[in-house]
Amino acid sequence: MATINGAVENGQPDGKPPALPRPIRNLEVKFTKIFINNDWHESKSGKKFATYNPSTLEKICEVEEGDKPDVDKAVEAAQAAFQRDSPWRQLDALRRGQLLHQLADLLERDRAILATLETMDTGKPFLHAFFVDLEGCIKTFRYFAGWADKIQGRTIPTDNNVVCFTRHEPIGVCGAITPWNFPLLMLAWKLAPALCCGNTVVLKPAEQTPLTALYLGSLIKEVGFPPGVVNIVPGFGPTVGAAISSHPQINKIAFTGSTEVGKLVKEAASRSNLKRVTLELGGKNPCIVCADADLDLAVECAHQGVFFNQGQCCTAASRVFVEEQVYGEFVRRSVEYAKKRPVGDPFDAKTEQGPQIDQKQFDKILELIESGKKEGAKLECGGSAMEDRGLFIKPTVFSDVTDNMRIAKEEIFGPVQPILKFKNLEEVIKRANSTDYGLTAAVFTKNLDKALKLASALESGTVWINCYNAFYTQAPFGGFKMSGNGRELGEYALAEYTEVKTVTIKLNDKNP
Amino acid sequence: MITGFEYPELRIASTLLAQAGAKPAMSSPAQPEIPAPLSNLKIQYTKIFINNEWHDSVSGKKFPVFNPATEEIICHVEEGDKADVDKAVKAARQAFQIGSPWRTMDASERGRLLNKLADLLERDHLLVATMESMNAGKVFRNAYMMDLSLSIKTLKYCAGWADKIHGQTIPSDGDIFTYTRREPIGVCGQIIPWNVPLVMLTWKIGPALACGNTVIVKPAEQTPLTALHLASLVKEAGFPPGVVNIVPGYGPTAGAAISSHMDIDKVAFTGSTEVGKLIKEAAGKSNLKRVTLELGGKSPCIVFADADLDDAVEFAHRGVFTHQGQICIAASRLFVEESIYDEFVKRSVERAKKYVLGNPLNAGINHGPQIDKEQHEKILDLIESGKKEGAKLECGGGRWGDKGFFVQPTVFSNVTDEMRIAKEEIFGPVQQIMKFKSIDDVIKRANNTSYGLAAGVFTKDLDKALTVSSALQAGVVWVNCYLAMAVQYPLGGFKMSGNGREMGEHGIYEYTELKTVAMKISQKNS
Repeated sequence: MATINGAVENGQPDGKPPALPRPIRNLEVKFTKIFINNDWHESKSGKKFATYNPSTLEKICEVEEGDKPDVDKAVEAAQAAFQRDSPWRQLDALRRGQLLHQLADLLERDRAILATLETMDTGKPFLHAFFVDLEGCIKTFRYFAGWADKIQGRTIPTDNNVVCFTRHEPIGVCGAITPWNFPLLMLAWKLAPALCCGNTVVLKPAEQTPLTALYLGSLIKEVGFPPGVVNIVPGFGPTVGAAISSHPQINKIAFTGSTEVGKLVKEAASRSNLKRVTLELGGKNPCIVCADADLDLAVECAHQGVFFNQGQCCTAASRVFVEEQVYGEFVRRSVEYAKKRPVGDPFDAKTEQGPQIDQKQFDKILELIESGKKEGAKLECGGSAMEDRGLFIKPTVFSDVTDNMRIAKEEIFGPVQPILKFKNLEEVIKRANSTDYGLTAAVFTKNLDKALKLASALESGTVWINCYNAFYTQAPFGGFKMSGNGRELGEYALAEYTEVKTVTIKLNDKNP
Repeated sequence: MITGFEYPELRIASTLLAQAGAKPAMSSPAQPEIPAPLSNLKIQYTKIFINNEWHDSVSGKKFPVFNPATEEIICHVEEGDKADVDKAVKAARQAFQIGSPWRTMDASERGRLLNKLADLLERDHLLVATMESMNAGKVFRNAYMMDLSLSIKTLKYCAGWADKIHGQTIPSDGDIFTYTRREPIGVCGQIIPWNVPLVMLTWKIGPALACGNTVIVKPAEQTPLTALHLASLVKEAGFPPGVVNIVPGYGPTAGAAISSHMDIDKVAFTGSTEVGKLIKEAAGKSNLKRVTLELGGKSPCIVFADADLDDAVEFAHRGVFTHQGQICIAASRLFVEESIYDEFVKRSVERAKKYVLGNPLNAGINHGPQIDKEQHEKILDLIESGKKEGAKLECGGGRWGDKGFFVQPTVFSNVTDEMRIAKEEIFGPVQQIMKFKSIDDVIKRANNTSYGLAAGVFTKDLDKALTVSSALQAGVVWVNCYLAMAVQYPLGGFKMSGNGREMGEHGIYEYTELKTVAMKISQKNS
C-alpha cells in the first residue's frame, strides 16, 4: 500500500528498518499561552481551559482561553506585520523560503517532542504521530519553502498598445481554524502556503488539541519570523472561531472541520467582509473494489483507509463497495484484519489504534453503531466500546450494508467499516456519487479502462487508484460538493493564498 | 516586482565602489563585514572526479593552474582527454539507468540533496571564495559576497523546483486521455567558462540535477579549482556515484570529446560565440544532442537625458568594469543622449579613475588582473585600435605594472559605431561612450549587432522605458539598473548570443524532455 506521505518508506539504503523513535517520558508542557507578536500573552478575560489526554482522561494542563478581544489583538499584530514597507513585506521571496526551511529544520530537531505532545493530546499512536503527522509537516514546510520565489505572474499580449502584466500578491491577514484529528499537520497545510505567499496569520487550534500549535509558536519565534507574522489564539469555536470568521479585518479564512461548521464559517465570512474562504470538510468516501483487483491489496488498503487514526479522518473509506463475486471473501478477510488490529496505549509501539478524541465523539460513534445493528446490517466484529477503558472502541465491521442505512450515509468518524455490495460499474458510479459529500474516492482494479473511467466519473476531489490515503505535499487536496471549497497543497494551494492584480499601462502611440 | 536595488549583490557592488571613494549612487547600507581570505589555502582536490572517486588522467598528463595576479603556478591538475570523458560518460550513463538509485529517487529527495549541497558550500564559503579569488583574479570581496552568495542561492532555488516540474493533463479530441511528463534528458555535458567559474557551474548543475539528469562537467582549464572542490561536496552531500562527474581539461580535447560524444544527450556551454558555433556544429554532426549556449555580447546601455544621472553613471560604470570587464553581459556600448553627453563622460571618467589595482586577495584592492596572457594581449590590442581609429582616450589605455595581467581601467569617448571597440567584444575594463539624438536612432543602432544578450535603459519616462525595452533585441533588458542578477529569472541570448535560457523556470525546462502519453479509453467525459 502506498504509505501516507511516503513516511514509513524512509528505510535505510541497506533495507534494514531504522531504529524506532521513542517518545519523551515525563514531557513538561512549556507553552500554554496565547502567541501574539512573537510573545506569550494571558487571555484578556483571565480564563483558561483544560486539555485532556484521551487515553487516560487525565488533565494535561490548562491553556489560556482566547476570545474576541484576544483575536482583535492578534489581528492588530498581523495587520501591522502586513503593512506596506514592513520587514515581512520587504523580505526577498527567497528569504521567506529560507525561513520556512529553517522552521522545517527545527521541526525535525524537535520531532520526538512534538510527536509525544501530539500523542498525549490526541491519543493517536506515537509512531503514527512521528512517521505520518510530523513527516507530513516537515515535507509540507519544505515543499512550500521552495515555492516562495516561484509564485510568478504573467505578461499578457492584450489588444491595443498597452503593456499588461499580473502580480500575484499575498491576500493579507489570513485566519486559520484547524481540527483536532491531525492538529499539527492541518496547521502546516495552512501555515506553509500562507507564509510562502507572504501573508500573515491568525490561527485557532482545536480546543481539544492546542499543544503542538503552541509549541510551534515557540519555533516561529526561534526561526526569526518578524513579530506578528504568525499569531496563535487557542480557544473554542463559538468564541474564537466565530470572531475570526466574522472579523472585518481578516482577509481570508481557511477552515478544516465538519461540514456543519464549515457552513457557519462561510456564512459569517459573507456576512462580515466577504473574506476569501477555503474549506476542507467532511466526507463519506466510496472505496470501490472490482472483482479483478488484487484482493490482498484492496483488503489492506480499505482496512487502513477506514481504521487509520481511529477512523477520525475526513478521508475515511467509510463506504466500501465490493463487487459481488468477491464480496464474501472480501468481508471475511476484512474481519480478520479488524480483529487483529491492536488497540491500546498509544505510546506502545505495537498499538495501531488509540482512543477517540472525546466523550462527545465516542457517544456519537456508539450511537451510529447501534443504528447499524437496528437497521439490519450484519455486525461481523466489534460493535461496542472496549471494556473498562475510557474512550476506546473496538474495530467494527458491518456487512450487508445498504445505501439507505445511517451508517452508509452519515460521517461516522470512528473505527467502523460498512461494506456494501455492487453488481456493475454504472450502478456503483451512481451509488458512489449519491451523496452531498465529494472528498475522496478509491478504486481497486487491474483494468486500465475501468480505472480511468471511474477516475473521471467519480465526483470527488481526489481519486486513489490501487492505493489509499496516498497524500503528497505536491498534489492538491480538497472537496467537490459539500466536502469543501478550494484546494490545499500543491501549486493549487498558492492560488488560495494570493490575490491576482492586473496592471495595464497605456503606451504612447507616437513612440516607435 | 522589479526590485533590482534590493539584491544584495548590488548593495555589495555599491558599497565596494563607495569604498573606492565613489559617491554612492543610491542609499548604501553600511558595508558588511567580511572575513579576511584564508592565508594558508591548501589545494586538496586536483584530480578527475568520476563515480564519486578521484582518478588520475588516463594519459598520465597534468596541466598547470596559474594565479593571474602573480603569474605563479598554484598547482597541477590531472588533464582529462577523450579517454577520461568516455569513462565519465560510462559512469553517468550507469547512474541514469532505469531502476538506478538516482532514477528511482523521490523528486523531493533530489531537492533535499541540492539543499544539502548549498549548505555545504555555505560552510566552506571562505575557503571557496579564497580559491576563486586566487584562481580567477577576482577581487576577494566580490568572490565572497557575489559569486559565493549567488552560487548558494542558485542551488537553493533549483532545489525548490525538483518536485514542482509539472506535466499537464490535456483535453485532447477523441476518446483519449492525454498527459505529459517532463522527464530528465539523460547524460548532460556542461562546459564552464573561467570568468565566474562557480556561479556558471551552479547554473548548469543546479537545473540539471533538479530535473534528474546526470552530468559531466568540464571546468575551464584556467579555473578548475572551485569545481573540483564542489565535487568533493557532491560526494559529501550524498549524491549517488556517477550523477556528477568533473573532468578538467582543455577545449579542443575534453570539450570537443563532450560536444561530439555519441552517448551524451545534451550539451550546455557558456563561453565565446566562436566556440559556441563549434559546439553546436559538433552536436549536429554527432548525435543531434540538445544544445544550450550562453555566448558573447556587445550589450547596449542607453541613457536618456531625463535619467537620474548619478544612478546611470554608476550602473553603466559597474556594468562594464565589474570583474575587470570579463562578463558576457558587460555594458560595452554605452549610448548617451546628446544633451547630457559631456557631463556623463566627465563623471564616468572620474569614476573610472578611482580604482586601486593589485593582488585581488589584498585588502583595499578593488581591481584585479585579466585572466591570462591571451586575453591581456587581446584587450591591449583593442585599446590600441580605439586610439588609432580616432576615439578619444579619456583615461587608462594601457597595461598596469609589469607582473600579472593587469589593464588600466579605460574610458573612450567620441566612439562611433564602426570602430572595432564599438563592434567587438573586448572582455576587459574598457568603456565606450557614444552619443545619440533620437529614440528611433538609438534603437536601430543598439540592435545593429549580431549579439543580443543584455541591454540597459535609463529614463524616468514610463513610456520610453516600456517602448525601448520591448524594441531591444536582447535576452534581458534592465531598466534603471544593470547587472541586477537574480536566480529567479531567465537569462540568455537573442541572435548569436546564445540558444536557450538559463535559470528561472525556463532554465529548468532546458533540462527536460517532454513526453506525451495518450491513452485510449472507452468513453470520454469532460
